[in-house]
Amino acid sequence: MSDFTHGFWSIFISVLTVLSIVGTWIFLKSQTTRKLAPGEKPELMEHTWDGDLRDLNNPLPRWWLGLFYGTLVFALVYLALWPGLGNFPGLLKWTQLGEYEAEVQAAEAKFQPVYAAFMQQDIPTVAASPDARAIGRNLFLTYCSQCHGSNAEGATGYPNLTDGDWLYGGDPDAIRATLTDGRSGIMPAMGEALGAQGTKEVTHYVMSLSGRTHDAALADAGRPKFAENCAACHMPDGTGMQAMGAPNLTDKVWLYGGSEGAIIESIAKGRNGVMPGIAQTLGTTSNKEAKLHLLTAYVYSLSQQTK
Amino acid sequence: MEATTYNYKVVRQFAIMTVVWGIVGMLVGVILAAQLIWPDLTFGIEWLSYGRLRPLHTNAVIFAFGGSAMFAVSYYIVQRTCQVRLWAEKLAAFTFWGWTLVIVLAAITLPLGMTTSKEYAELEWPIDILITVVWVAYALVFFGTIVKRKTKHIYVSNWFFGAYILVIAILHIVNSAELPVTMTKSYSAYAGVQDAMIQWWYGHNAVGFFLTTAFLGMMYYFIPKQAGRPIYSYRLSIVHFWSLNFIYMWAGPHHLQYTALPDWAQSLGMVFSLMLLAPSWGGMMNGIMTLSGAWHKLRTDPILKFMVTALSFYGMSTFEGPMMSIKTVNALSHYTEWTVGHVHSGALGWVAMITIGSMYYLIPRLFGRESMFSTRLIEWHFWLSTIGVVLYIASMWIAGVAQGLMWRAANADGTLTYSFAQVLNTMYPFYGIRLLGGAMFFSGMLIMAYNVWQTTRQGRVVNDAAIPQAVHA
Repeated sequence: MSDFTHGFWSIFISVLTVLSIVGTWIFLKSQTTRKLAPGEKPELMEHTWDGDLRDLNNPLPRWWLGLFYGTLVFALVYLALWPGLGNFPGLLKWTQLGEYEAEVQAAEAKFQPVYAAFMQQDIPTVAASPDARAIGRNLFLTYCSQCHGSNAEGATGYPNLTDGDWLYGGDPDAIRATLTDGRSGIMPAMGEALGAQGTKEVTHYVMSLSGRTHDAALADAGRPKFAENCAACHMPDGTGMQAMGAPNLTDKVWLYGGSEGAIIESIAKGRNGVMPGIAQTLGTTSNKEAKLHLLTAYVYSLSQQTK
Repeated sequence: MEATTYNYKVVRQFAIMTVVWGIVGMLVGVILAAQLIWPDLTFGIEWLSYGRLRPLHTNAVIFAFGGSAMFAVSYYIVQRTCQVRLWAEKLAAFTFWGWTLVIVLAAITLPLGMTTSKEYAELEWPIDILITVVWVAYALVFFGTIVKRKTKHIYVSNWFFGAYILVIAILHIVNSAELPVTMTKSYSAYAGVQDAMIQWWYGHNAVGFFLTTAFLGMMYYFIPKQAGRPIYSYRLSIVHFWSLNFIYMWAGPHHLQYTALPDWAQSLGMVFSLMLLAPSWGGMMNGIMTLSGAWHKLRTDPILKFMVTALSFYGMSTFEGPMMSIKTVNALSHYTEWTVGHVHSGALGWVAMITIGSMYYLIPRLFGRESMFSTRLIEWHFWLSTIGVVLYIASMWIAGVAQGLMWRAANADGTLTYSFAQVLNTMYPFYGIRLLGGAMFFSGMLIMAYNVWQTTRQGRVVNDAAIPQAVHA
């Protein structure tokens, strides 16, 4: 694509480019003087500066001129073959986009047989195949490990995929949906609604749900506030709701940390967890469907091993 | 009454600050190199995080160290080769304090995270305006001095300084066009790929005119002076001056190969970068050939060693640059450590070494001495610097090529062979060698500081350098 807003610019840049190269050629030619005869001394220019600064006037070195002309010739030949002179596409008709698309097509054809068999199988079957898992692991390392870690155990704010605990569900269809379109987990900031004391009370109630050490009086005061403000998503018993990605608060898994301070921060300021859609990340790369299939199977296999 | 002496005061101020900012800029560089090995080195303090310190390092080395050196030598050379005292001396004094203020403001705002996010032009709009004012003052002083010169012809160094001052003004104003929203935040006037193209037109020519043209001007004075030989070819200096400046302007798009930049612009960036090879080498040739008849001096004179080694690195990096602009090479080298190595063979090997050599010539003359306090220490500095640069760029070459090859390595099933973390892991030993090389170069600067301090202590401040009355032809 040349992206010119008007045909004039294509002509303008082409003429300017050719004139520049040819002009440089003419300039070089005009500055070339004869070679010194054997034993002939170069001329010493008459000016002197700052006491002793003077110039000899040796002719331009021949190899250097050759190098310069060589690059000019290269430039002209290159611009005849490849796009460079405005809208002129070049004799080879090469484009960057064309090269990319050709490479993707070649990869489609080359690797399609590798994936063909797996595409006929359902996720649990693929997940049981060591060969498929090896491919899936490579895909995971390329596309997922930046957030979820090389061992898929996650980090604060990034779910552990090996523990069998799922925000949005761990069956093949749910994993595939998460991978394809991504997820956006929003916990609204409740700090203002609850106030500092209220936040602390709800925090202790939440800590009580998973049997953690807590202040019973605070937890009791927090119970009705939880019912009023939190239960809609986290459910009255705190077991969460996968349809919304609202975490289960009764287990030992804490995405953003389970300390009193971390829970207070989650409640007061809210959280905004974003899993990008891999479909978008894969973009226009080859064998996109197969990659999604194998990634789904790999992620599925991660939690199956721990069960 | 016409002045009978040269203004050495402003030259001396900038010369001393060159050494100071060199140490500061390179220290930050060493810290950054260490952070890449030990990410928690600065205890998670946000002001000292890699992202905040990196622009501080580049700005300190290019504009504080390189800039102060250029002010010092251009003011010194323009006076001596024009045989007149600096024009508008109050303005010249203003450029010193103004430029120093710019640097101090950079050292405060960049760690605070105030940035335009444009590479090598990170400073926010109020500082951009200050830079513009200082630069206009610089241009007035420089060209004013040229205008009132006594000599008939303009010395070659001054052509290069003139080109650098003019072009940097244009680059800075065009690239810094931005819309302020608060005192510390602005947005670029350009969007998308146009913004990228303006940025790299600026970025590449900052390298071309700030770090190449300007320092060639420095070379053209100090090499013939130190070697005591006439310049090899007047004709070559004319031809490579015009062709270098003309062709450099076109080369910026090579920073955007294989991006959203239209194909035609990428091609122009590449072919003009290749055409830049001969003009770049013209300067190296002219410098090195100036030594013919004085080669024996290289054995005993570490200052000359600095200058000739600088020219060698200049020749090497100006060969490497055009090669890296070739699309197929760029596809491998872009975004890798190779680029970092290339930049440092230019910045340390060429810019810093020619500056260091020139300062060792200049500083004793500003303090009424024949030579530096210790030639032995210059020799030490030379070897530390040379070995340091070689370690730096060799490790980055290997790391960069390995990185590029690992990124593109694919398995039989079409997946990538290495994850990002695996590639990073492979880099560690090379990061270690780079840190060692950088630390060696930095320690050389400390030796220089000691040598300069002893020289100034035993010398006297020269404010009475007489302007010769007899004007040469």
